Amino acid sequence: MANARDKKYEFVRREDAPILPPPATEAGITGWLWHNIFESMADYSSIGAGIRSLSMAILSVLILYFGGAQIYALIDFTIFSAVFSDPEGIKREACWTVDQGGALPSGWHGACWPFVVAKQKFLLYGAYPAEELWRVNLTGLVGLVGLVWVLIEKLPYRREVGAAMLTLYPLMAFILLTGGNTDTEFFNIGIWLVIGLAIISAGRLGKRGFLGSTFSEFGTLIGFTGWVFLIFNAVRGVAAVDFGLEPIDTRDWGGLLITLVVAITGIVASLPLGIILALGRRSEMPVARLLSTIFIEFWRGIPLITVLFMASVMLPLFMPEGVNFDNLLRALIGVMLFSAAYMAEVIRGGLQAIDKGQYEGAQAMGLSYWQTMRLVILPQALTHVIPGIVNTFIGLFKDTTLVSIVGIFDLLGAAQSTIADPSWSSHVQALSVYVYVALLFFVFCFAMSRYSIYMENKLSKSRSH
Amino acid sequence: MASKAKTKNVISDEVMISMENVNKWYGTFHVLRDINLTVHKGERIVICGPSGSGKSTLIRCLNRLEEHQDGTINVQGIEINNDLKNIDEIRRDVGMVFQHFNLFPHLTILENCTLAPIWVRKLPKAQAEEIAMEYLTRVKIPEQALKYPGQLSGGQQQRVAIARSLCMEPKLMLFDEPTSALDPEMIKEVLDTMVELAEDGMSMICVTHEMGFARKVANRVIFMDEGQIVEQNEPEAFFNNPQSDRTKLFLSQILDH
Repeated sequence: MANARDKKYEFVRREDAPILPPPATEAGITGWLWHNIFESMADYSSIGAGIRSLSMAILSVLILYFGGAQIYALIDFTIFSAVFSDPEGIKREACWTVDQGGALPSGWHGACWPFVVAKQKFLLYGAYPAEELWRVNLTGLVGLVGLVWVLIEKLPYRREVGAAMLTLYPLMAFILLTGGNTDTEFFNIGIWLVIGLAIISAGRLGKRGFLGSTFSEFGTLIGFTGWVFLIFNAVRGVAAVDFGLEPIDTRDWGGLLITLVVAITGIVASLPLGIILALGRRSEMPVARLLSTIFIEFWRGIPLITVLFMASVMLPLFMPEGVNFDNLLRALIGVMLFSAAYMAEVIRGGLQAIDKGQYEGAQAMGLSYWQTMRLVILPQALTHVIPGIVNTFIGLFKDTTLVSIVGIFDLLGAAQSTIADPSWSSHVQALSVYVYVALLFFVFCFAMSRYSIYMENKLSKSRSH
Repeated sequence: MASKAKTKNVISDEVMISMENVNKWYGTFHVLRDINLTVHKGERIVICGPSGSGKSTLIRCLNRLEEHQDGTINVQGIEINNDLKNIDEIRRDVGMVFQHFNLFPHLTILENCTLAPIWVRKLPKAQAEEIAMEYLTRVKIPEQALKYPGQLSGGQQQRVAIARSLCMEPKLMLFDEPTSALDPEMIKEVLDTMVELAEDGMSMICVTHEMGFARKVANRVIFMDEGQIVEQNEPEAFFNNPQSDRTKLFLSQILDH
């Protein structure tokens, strides 16, 4: 007799167990709501769990109430209660309440959009002459198209467009915005061009070892300096050509135009400068290391406001009589160097995360220092610190508002000066324009933030480790 | 050994490496002490010894990943000194495989293999890719060419690293403990690749504890201890009849278990 105990476990499945839809708490909207909101406040199995669930519930309601109230207040101010038009052209009275002599109900509180619309040109372009605005618009449009082209990966010729955006576009923007035709003498530029060529040749010779072995190590660097020299002066040469555009002094620039010019120049220049400084600080050459460290620590040690003050007030005092740099240019250089120092430290963090084996692997195959950096180390280091880099970009973008203290009317400065206009004076005048400016800043910063997250995801996916 | 006969005996008189009275210090620590070594073209040398005995440092001096302070090192008649041109020339001819592979994680396998040929040997991309695929086929992973290093197993990564070095068509290969970081089941595939390479007549210097490999392909085994070359001999004699007490002790420690 086969023992009955064993038989007890005998089992053969004759029908498949049915595949059932998940319970409401697992999938779909209800599942999301359950896991993200209600699960934390649904456990009353013990006293401790009950207290926790209850406090979670109370906290959620409170946050919902206050957050909701804030958001509703903002939407109400900007949309529901806002005044959108001023058909009668009565300006400030369009945004006055009954008590103030206007038509709006007593206690009314909403955005005065006709005011912002009326000041639109000033907020975006400052005092830039109205008949020349097409130049700014064209610069902006080309910039936008180029940027989108480079950022979207599916488009062809991205590399070429990117190269043009970094070389031709700044030149074009400079000529369009200022009008070019700087009064530099071509003879003067010619001399500098020849000097640039001479430096490049010296670098070449040095690299081949004609000038001794110690010199050969610096050949690349000397050649690079020569190229910078040559390109800088070639640009000066082109900028001196008369294109028949009316010159517009940077004192007439303002608003979003200034904000974007300062931010984009700072962003575009700080990355390569920061890379060079970070490499310098980790270099084995004591001089390069010392100079980079001093530079970085100096610029990180002083506030941006001080930098801007020094640039616009102190610098002219040290200049010889008659030499006068443009105020905007001085502020630009200040912002550029300042952000380069921060960028350098972010990038240095990325460089430190790279394993020593990567350098050795590259060196053992015969790659030179610059090849190793460009092809092996930097692509990895920069990927590691994308969040830090974008953080610096966003910080820089918002710090551009500080240029208003040296008399440059950026977006915020322009907004502030519109408030002084009595023809639009009302109790919501300041608030309306500030909300508008905040919205503009948010759009730019949020876009940068999203793109960086997209890049991080993309890069981490393609390498999957 | 039967398998030994398979290896082409192509050792020539041409001197590939000569080290004369080489000394090196890390700070006050004397890591290489009076090293004298001559390697001929076609030789396959295995260097073994306890950890910290300077074996890795020795081969890393041969392509200037480490700097020696005293004595002369000549590789293919070019002296290793502070002249960057000499170092570049030597590195072009000397391949190196590392314990931790040191593949570039941001590049595909194929890009890893074509990087140096394109930038150092200045080959056109198509030709570099052709060479790379040839060597990837030789290490038996051509189908992984478009993957990233992070997607491969340790053994596959090390074989890629070997292929990457071979793409520079070096005259000498240095192996720095190539199997030490691998899981046991992957050691064989890497050693097989190295054995094939040796059978094709490649000159190689290999720091390893794989004594089976040493017996199979080496024509000389060098034992190092405390920064000195203690004993060197043909593998048969080295393993069966070690002379120095330190060698005997070392061999008993790694062979008896």
